[in-house]
Amino acid sequence: MASSSRFSPIFWGRWFWRQLTSMRTALFLLLLLALAAIPGSLYPQRSADPNGVRLYFDQQPEFAALLDSLQLFDVYTSIWFSAIYILLFVSLVGCVLPRTQVHLNALRAKPVETPQKLERMPAYLTAAAKGDQLDRAEQVLNSRGFRVRKLDDSVSAEKGYLKETGNLVFHYSLVLLLIAVGLGGGFSFSGQRVLVEGDTFVNNLASYDAFSPGPLFFENELQPFSMTLEDFEVVYDLRNPANLGQPVDFIANVTLDDGLTNSNSDIRVNYPLEAPGANVFLTGNGFAPVITLYDGVGNIAFSGPVVFLPQDSNMTSLGVIKAPDASPEQIGIIAFFYPTAQELESGAYASIYPDPIDPLLTMNVYLGDLGLDAGIPRNVYALDITDLDLIAGRDGPNPPIELRVGEMAELPGGAGFISFDGLKRFASLDVAYNPGGLWIMVFAFIALVAIVFSLSVRRRRVWVRQLAGKIEYAALARGDDDGLEELIVDLRKEIEGD
Amino acid sequence: MNIVLNEPLSQISLLFVSAAMGLLAVALLMFAFQLARLKDDPTESRFERYGFWVLGAGTVVLGVGVFLRGVAAQRVPWANMYEFAISGALMILTIYLISLRVKDVRYVATFVTGFSLVTLFAAVSLFYVEVKTLMPALQSYWLVIHVVVAIMATGFFAIAAGFHIFYLIKAAGVGRALMDRFPDLRQLERVAYRFNMVGFVAWSFTLIAGAIWAERAWHRYWGWDTKEVWTFIIWVVYAGYLHAMATRGWTGKRAAILGLIGFGAVIFNFTIVNLFFKGLHVYSGL
Repeated sequence: MASSSRFSPIFWGRWFWRQLTSMRTALFLLLLLALAAIPGSLYPQRSADPNGVRLYFDQQPEFAALLDSLQLFDVYTSIWFSAIYILLFVSLVGCVLPRTQVHLNALRAKPVETPQKLERMPAYLTAAAKGDQLDRAEQVLNSRGFRVRKLDDSVSAEKGYLKETGNLVFHYSLVLLLIAVGLGGGFSFSGQRVLVEGDTFVNNLASYDAFSPGPLFFENELQPFSMTLEDFEVVYDLRNPANLGQPVDFIANVTLDDGLTNSNSDIRVNYPLEAPGANVFLTGNGFAPVITLYDGVGNIAFSGPVVFLPQDSNMTSLGVIKAPDASPEQIGIIAFFYPTAQELESGAYASIYPDPIDPLLTMNVYLGDLGLDAGIPRNVYALDITDLDLIAGRDGPNPPIELRVGEMAELPGGAGFISFDGLKRFASLDVAYNPGGLWIMVFAFIALVAIVFSLSVRRRRVWVRQLAGKIEYAALARGDDDGLEELIVDLRKEIEGD
Repeated sequence: MNIVLNEPLSQISLLFVSAAMGLLAVALLMFAFQLARLKDDPTESRFERYGFWVLGAGTVVLGVGVFLRGVAAQRVPWANMYEFAISGALMILTIYLISLRVKDVRYVATFVTGFSLVTLFAAVSLFYVEVKTLMPALQSYWLVIHVVVAIMATGFFAIAAGFHIFYLIKAAGVGRALMDRFPDLRQLERVAYRFNMVGFVAWSFTLIAGAIWAERAWHRYWGWDTKEVWTFIIWVVYAGYLHAMATRGWTGKRAAILGLIGFGAVIFNFTIVNLFFKGLHVYSGL
C-alpha cells in the first residue's frame, strides 16, 4: 500500500497527540469533567456518606447494584472520572511543555524586527516628524517597562511577558497540586475514637475504633502520645428565645502527654488540637450513663460507662449493654436515655431538652445466648434479639426498668439487679494527618497569583518608525485588547511631548 | 459565647430590606421605560438618570437593612440562606454601581436590578429565618473570609450573565431597533469577559479558603461534599469559559452560553443544592 507510510502508527500517534494537546480538546475535557462530577452530588458517595449508600442498598437493592457496577457510589475514584482528569492533565502537560520552550526562547530573544507594513497592524497612526524621535521613543518605551530593540529606522518593543509566565506557572501549579493530593492522600491517615470523660487514649492502631490509612501509610507515622478526656462541656443558648437550648459550643478538655510533657487544652469545633504527628478533631458527643449490673448469683456482670448514641436533637440516646458472663443466663439490655424526660400520653417517654435536667434511663431486658461466643465480630451498639427472651419491656411480661441517677432496680425473676450510678459525657474524636495539605495550599495560592497575572497582564508589541517627514506608530496584542488605540495615542503624546 | 440577639432590631432590618425592594421595583420600572423610549429616541436619558438615583437609594437602604441584621445577630450577616441572599443582592448592586464609574455598563441595569429584586423577594418570602446564634461549626473567622468572597464572586458572575444575555439577544437579531442602541457584540463580550475574569479569581479564592476551613472544621480539606462538588463544577465550567475565549471558533455565542451555564450552576448551587441535597453545608436555617 502506497499510503502506508503516511498512515503509519507514528502518523496516528502524532495525530492523536496533536488532537489531545489542542485547546479544543482541553475545553472538551474540562466540560466533560464538570459533567462527570454531577452524579457524585446526586447519589450518596461511600467516601462522604457511607450510611446513605447502605440505605440505598436497603431500599432499592437492584437499582443500587446497577449504580454500584457503574461506580456511581464512588464517582471521584471511578475509572471513568479518573480517565477524564488524567487525560485532561496529560493534555495540559502536552500543551504547556512546548509553550514553555517557546516562552523561554521569547524571554531570551530581542523584540522582533519591525514589520514592513505597519499600517496593517490593529492600531496604527502617523504623525508629522519633528526631527529624529527614535532615541526619545526608546527612552519612553523603556520607562514604560517595554523591552526595546533599536533598529536602523525604527524601534521595536514588547512587554507583558508576565502574562505567559503566569499562564504557565498556573498550569504547572495545578499539576504539582494534583501530585500533592495523590502523595498526601497516600501517606495520610485518619482514625476515630470515642472517649468517655476520664478515659485515656493511647495513640496506636489497636486503640482506634475505626482507622482508615492511605495506601502508603506506615505504622511509624503514629507518633507516641496519650490523651485523656478530662471533661466535656456543652454550652447551650439560654438567653435567646429564638434558639433556646441550641448548643452554641462544645468543649472537650483534654490532657495531652507526649512522653515528655503534660499539657492541658480544649478541643472545640473548628479548633483542633495539635498532637504529635496529627491533629485531633472533635466530631461528635453524647451521654455515657455509668451502669452496674449484678447477675442472679450476686456477681458484678457489667460495670462502667456505656456509650449511648444520640438519636435526635434533644439527645434521646440509645445504648446497648451486653453481659455475656452473667449467671445463670447471659443478660442483654437495650436502653434509652432521656436527658430531660417527659412522659407522653402513651406512657412512652421523650426528651424535651438536650441538657440533663431530669435524666431518665429506661431499659428492655433480655435473657439468653447473646451470640458473642461464636467468635464473629459483633456491633457493640446493636443487640440481636431474635433468640433472646424479653423479661422486661413495653411489650414484655413486665414493664421496662426505669432508673434515675443513683437508683437501683431488681430484674424480674431473680435475674439480678441494675443500678444507674452516674452520668458522664463522651466525645467522638478524629485523629487525622495529611502531609499533602500544606503543599496543596502552597500550590493553590501560587496558582491563584499566577492566574491573576495571566488574566490581567497584556502582552503588547509596539513599533515606532521614523520615515522622511513622518513617524509611524503601530501596536499589536496577543488576544483581545481594547486599549491598543489609546496606547499609541498616549505614546505619541509622550514621545513628541505635546 | 454570650451573644444576646436583638429580635426587634432584626424586624427593623427586615423593614429596610422590604423598603429597598420597593425602591428597586421603582428603579426597574424606570429602566424599563428607558429601554422602551431608547428605541425611538437615542438621546433619551431622563428615565435612566432617575432610575439610577432610585437604584442608588435602594442600595443604601438595603445596606442599612443588611447592617442592622448583622448588629441584631452580633456577627457577619451571611450565616444562613436569607442573610446570604440579602448580602448577595447588596454586593451585586454595589459592584454594579462602582463599575458604572469605571466602564459604561448602564445597558444591563434592567438585568441587575431585576435579578437583585428577585433575589430579595426569594430571600424574604422563601428563605426568611429569625436571627439565631451561630452553630459551633460556623464559629470561625473563615465565615467572614470564605463567604464574603463567595458573595463577591457571585456578584461578578451575575453581572457578566447580564452581558451574556444581551449578547445572545443581539446576536440572535431579536429586537433590532432597541439592540442597535446597545454596544456592539465585541464590546458586550469583552465586558462580560472582564467580569467573569474577576469572578473566576474570586471563586478560586473561595474554593481555596473553603478547603482550608474544611480542614479545620471537618478534618479534611476536600471530601466531595455536595457543596464542594458544585463549587468544583462551577470552577471547571468557568475555566472552560476562559479556555473558550482563547479558542478559535468558541468565542461569541458559544462562550456566552458557557458563561450562562456557569451562572446557572451558581444559582443551582445556592438554591437546589442548599435546600434539597444532603451534605455538610447545612446552614440554610430552613
